[in-house]
Amino acid sequence: MSFPHRHLLGIEQLTPPQIVTLLDLADSYVGLSRGKGEHSTILAGLTQINMFFENSTRTQASFELAGKRLGADVMNMAMQASSIKKGETLIDTALTLNAMHPDLLVVRHPHSGAVSLLAQKVNCAVLNAGDGRHEHPTQALLDALTIRRAKGRLHRLVIAICGDIAHSRVARSNILLLGKMENRIRLVGPPTLMPAGIEEFGVEVYDDMREGLKDADVVMMLRLQKERMDGGFIPSEREYFHRYGLDAEKLALAKPDAIVMHPGPMNRGVEIDGTIADDINRSVIQDQVEMGVAVRMAAMDLLARNLGAQAA
Amino acid sequence: MIRIVFANATLIDPEAGPDAGNGARGHLIVSDGKIDAILTSGEAPASDGTVVDCKGKMLAPGLIDIGVKVGEPGERHKESYKSAGLAAAAGGVTTMVTRPDTEPVIDNPETLEFVTRRAQAETPVRVLPMAALTKGRQGREMTEIGFLMDAGAVAFTDCARVVTDTKVFSRALTYARSLGALVIGHPQDPALSAGAVVTSGKFASLRGLPAVSPMAERMGLDRDIAVVEMTGARYHADQITTARALPALERAKANGFDVTAGISVHHLTLNEFDIADYRTFFKLTPPLRSEDDRVAMIEAVGSGLIDIVCSMHSPQDEESKRLPFEEAASGAVGLETLLPAALRLYHGGHLTLAQLFRALSLKPAQRLGLPGGRLGKGAPADLVLFDPNIPFVMDRYTLKSKSLNTPFDEQRMEGRVLGTWVGGKEVYRTS
Repeated sequence: MSFPHRHLLGIEQLTPPQIVTLLDLADSYVGLSRGKGEHSTILAGLTQINMFFENSTRTQASFELAGKRLGADVMNMAMQASSIKKGETLIDTALTLNAMHPDLLVVRHPHSGAVSLLAQKVNCAVLNAGDGRHEHPTQALLDALTIRRAKGRLHRLVIAICGDIAHSRVARSNILLLGKMENRIRLVGPPTLMPAGIEEFGVEVYDDMREGLKDADVVMMLRLQKERMDGGFIPSEREYFHRYGLDAEKLALAKPDAIVMHPGPMNRGVEIDGTIADDINRSVIQDQVEMGVAVRMAAMDLLARNLGAQAA
Repeated sequence: MIRIVFANATLIDPEAGPDAGNGARGHLIVSDGKIDAILTSGEAPASDGTVVDCKGKMLAPGLIDIGVKVGEPGERHKESYKSAGLAAAAGGVTTMVTRPDTEPVIDNPETLEFVTRRAQAETPVRVLPMAALTKGRQGREMTEIGFLMDAGAVAFTDCARVVTDTKVFSRALTYARSLGALVIGHPQDPALSAGAVVTSGKFASLRGLPAVSPMAERMGLDRDIAVVEMTGARYHADQITTARALPALERAKANGFDVTAGISVHHLTLNEFDIADYRTFFKLTPPLRSEDDRVAMIEAVGSGLIDIVCSMHSPQDEESKRLPFEEAASGAVGLETLLPAALRLYHGGHLTLAQLFRALSLKPAQRLGLPGGRLGKGAPADLVLFDPNIPFVMDRYTLKSKSLNTPFDEQRMEGRVLGTWVGGKEVYRTS
């Protein structure tokens, strides 16, 4: 099994076999993650620091659990409250942290490229937990694992990604990953929330959701940030829900066995109808959360193995 | 009378037309700091003074670089007049036209006199200061354009900050017109480009960076040209970098407006993909453009539609650049790389040397009403001797600038300055 990366900075750097390696390992961790009282010691003795320069509850909790279930010592640092406010630069923060000799550094930052900049300055393995509008690789991997388990495969599927594509790192990582695995990707959303030049990524772009959902195997909804709702990018919340919210009527256009995904947290009644989100026959939203822990366990395990290789 | 003979030179005179000036072998005689004679046949005349044997290398009018930022006052740690002067001399730049976007802003005669004094004391090359168009570059009140001209300001600009209030802008241009002052604008729609750090398109979307449509430049230029039409002012666009802006520029010139345009050499030799993995040395204002735009801009320089090529020298220290891309400071140093970078266009077969020096020396001189920029009799002996064929790998630690933020670091370049003279005085010479 080969995973020749020091860091997990993005999907862009991964090859399809490496993605499969990671997903296979994650699959094997689902059981461990579910088991009561069982704890692995794979990361025992290693220190994992979660550095979140931007608010996050679920991703941080998921990384924390993943580390603990593998036996790592996990520390959380709330960076908004700390030295950044005192004027310390990102590089200095990185160097300070590096001197504490962590083994795994999980970083979220509001600026695109910031995690990769930080990774250049530290000796440990860095996992990107989301940088600006750039990438969120573990989210794309957990989405992929969820799709693979629900659909039995991760290729030749018609996948509609709907909503605020422009501001979404989740969308970017998913477009890269699902594209590498040879799926048909449709992007659905108002043109004001569609990034320029996106057609060149090998995707189909729809501004009519009904057309975009037609015969889709997977419907992936994105969160619409509150600050984008008021007239800036879309006229109003209610018009958005009318045209781009996932309801039963629009979902009926997708394949009968299409699954519904959402990276959370959801705005019920804005991008998704609550009843669909809760429909256990269609919605895999809770599975996504569960797969998140397994995928992060796998990612940290693989990177930790490479740490050992360097030391040897 | 001090006489210098530049013997056996290949003369590059942009004034002599695209063919004639391109490569005639000859000798150039300088008397009292001015070009006295050019001999294109026979032996070099004997001289009781200095003889510079050019050994067949290229001798051209020194570069006149409009838009150089020196960190005085306020940011001397990034670039002083001394370091900028040394960098200019090493780059064959014989005249630096300096920007007023300093701390504090050069917006009154006293500050202008201070920088003029500093420049005279510290730099071996000529320095011509520009002043702000509005006080504090705030876009609200015009500066004392008359007093500033008396103090030596050669042009008026708020640099990369657009005067958004069109009433303020049109009044400033109306007033400038009455004095014959040159106004330099930064064509950019300020609302559309707010917060943007790259040009919108595939690259920006891939990297997830805030982006501005290339159309914002055209919108800015359209507005500025309309104000020029309204006021009759003399106007120069600091940088035109997108193909979409060219028709408006062409129309303005055809209509007889007193409009010219420039571009930085970076926008002629680099494109947005050079930013690659968030390399902040490639963060410029305006941002680097698409390859299609770059190619269109080279053509526009070739045709003369874009008049002037500059370095837009913007020194930034490591601390300002070692930040996430969105937070990092914008700009690149360019005094020492202006000529070798421009020579890429010559080596690539895109532009002749005469075309290059028209944009680097002749047109800037003409636009500012200077006697130089050419190799004619009576012109000041501001000269650069260079070999366009010396290859080297750029090492930023060899730069004379205090700031080392060059996008050409570790890149292969071709062409080196062998010597620089200002008013007949040697200010730089390689051993």
